Amino acid sequence: MNYKWNWGVFFQQTPDGDAFYWEWILSGLAWTLAVSAVAWVIALALGSVFGVIRTTERVWLVRLGNAWVELFRNIPLLVQMFLWYFVVPEFVPPLKGWMTSTEPIYAQFLAAILCLGLFTSARIAEQVRAGIQSLPRGQRMAGRALGLSEAQVYRHVLLPMAFRIVIPTLTSETMNLIKNSSIALTIGLMELTFRSREMGEYTFNFFEAFSAATIIYIAIAMTANRVMAYVERRTAVPGYIAGGGK
Amino acid sequence: MGFDFSVIVNSLPYLWKGFQYTVQLTVTAALGGLVFGTLLAMARLSSLKPLAMAAAGYVNLMRSIPLVLVLFWFFFLMPLILQGITGSERPPPIGAERTAIITFILFEAAYFCEIMRAGIQSIARGQVSAAYALGLDYWQAMGHIVLPQAFRNMIPVLLTQTIILFQDTSLVYVISATDFLGAASKIAQRDSRLVEMYVFVAVVYLVLCYVLSWLVKRLQSRVAVLR
Repeated sequence: MNYKWNWGVFFQQTPDGDAFYWEWILSGLAWTLAVSAVAWVIALALGSVFGVIRTTERVWLVRLGNAWVELFRNIPLLVQMFLWYFVVPEFVPPLKGWMTSTEPIYAQFLAAILCLGLFTSARIAEQVRAGIQSLPRGQRMAGRALGLSEAQVYRHVLLPMAFRIVIPTLTSETMNLIKNSSIALTIGLMELTFRSREMGEYTFNFFEAFSAATIIYIAIAMTANRVMAYVERRTAVPGYIAGGGK
Repeated sequence: MGFDFSVIVNSLPYLWKGFQYTVQLTVTAALGGLVFGTLLAMARLSSLKPLAMAAAGYVNLMRSIPLVLVLFWFFFLMPLILQGITGSERPPPIGAERTAIITFILFEAAYFCEIMRAGIQSIARGQVSAAYALGLDYWQAMGHIVLPQAFRNMIPVLLTQTIILFQDTSLVYVISATDFLGAASKIAQRDSRLVEMYVFVAVVYLVLCYVLSWLVKRLQSRVAVLR
């Protein structure tokens, strides 16, 4: 292998002359984190709603929740990305108008957060459902027997426990989401992987650029892991799931 | 805006070729990943500390970076590696399709490793001790006693992972390999028929993956009853 390593390349100026390559990588990181953060909020909100309705006794709500999960789980994420960016706007004229008139980055950002948010929501819905169903049935019955309404049972009895149970799986889902956000490069969003490839193409120092991205992804994964472990410790119910895991 | 079915019908032969590559890639990567992943799992559970650590490091690295980035790594690394092996003057052309197959085997191995590790660990320790007591060596104990059971217990999980792999192969789009989605995308751009082509691809994947998941679920309940 005869590849000339040159780590100084990060301090060279980019072709347009107003930035260094390390700034490209950092701005890529910022977009990766921004997309992941917004998509995560969407995913958690929708995932909770669809996870909850799948545990109710109303058949049509359960069917709706199941359909939601199957729809987003059985289409490759990349195809979903293309659907949000190229296909959905064709059916929603105002959206298409906005997407063609605004800066491309905003249109890409919107498509990416919708795509990643809904895709991840289906996976979180599955985990929330499993979390609720792992609780003893007696808890729901006891709540109802005490005179709580169905909504109150979920709010005060079932969900506080279910969310604590699913924290470990939510952690891996969060890391999946951050990794999956790299797929947004296919619609041109200038996130971390996009920027590292672009830097490689301009400088031919592909391996330095990919190394930087790799190290950053590993650092993000480790940080996310620590943060979620902290959340897990802080929310643990003494004597129940305090030992970590289920 | 009308939905033009004739675009899809006319491009079916080309899409079929792309689909065949998708299936070929999925099957090769699943089998290769399973073999390599099983060896990795054995290494991770080995009592040789350096071997176990190297395997764990490989698995954790592969699992913490996006598949897209791994594809890029190998797309640029593979020609240089081949050049190193063959000792030729210039990096030999290898092509996106073959690069993708090697990448997927190496990437999926990390995921199959974790599944097989759980499978191996689910086998009672006494069985291994009994095998050694009967005079079997490590490879015999693994090959005849542990792995057949571990594999059997994990079949549903392995198949589920293969369905995920089937969906993930669409990412070869980023290195311009012509899989099912790649073929559809090329026609979509040539004929400016993005809506038809992408909706068609989505529906095909949706139906296939739904049916396959349903079959795995049925298999799972049958395996569960037998045990």
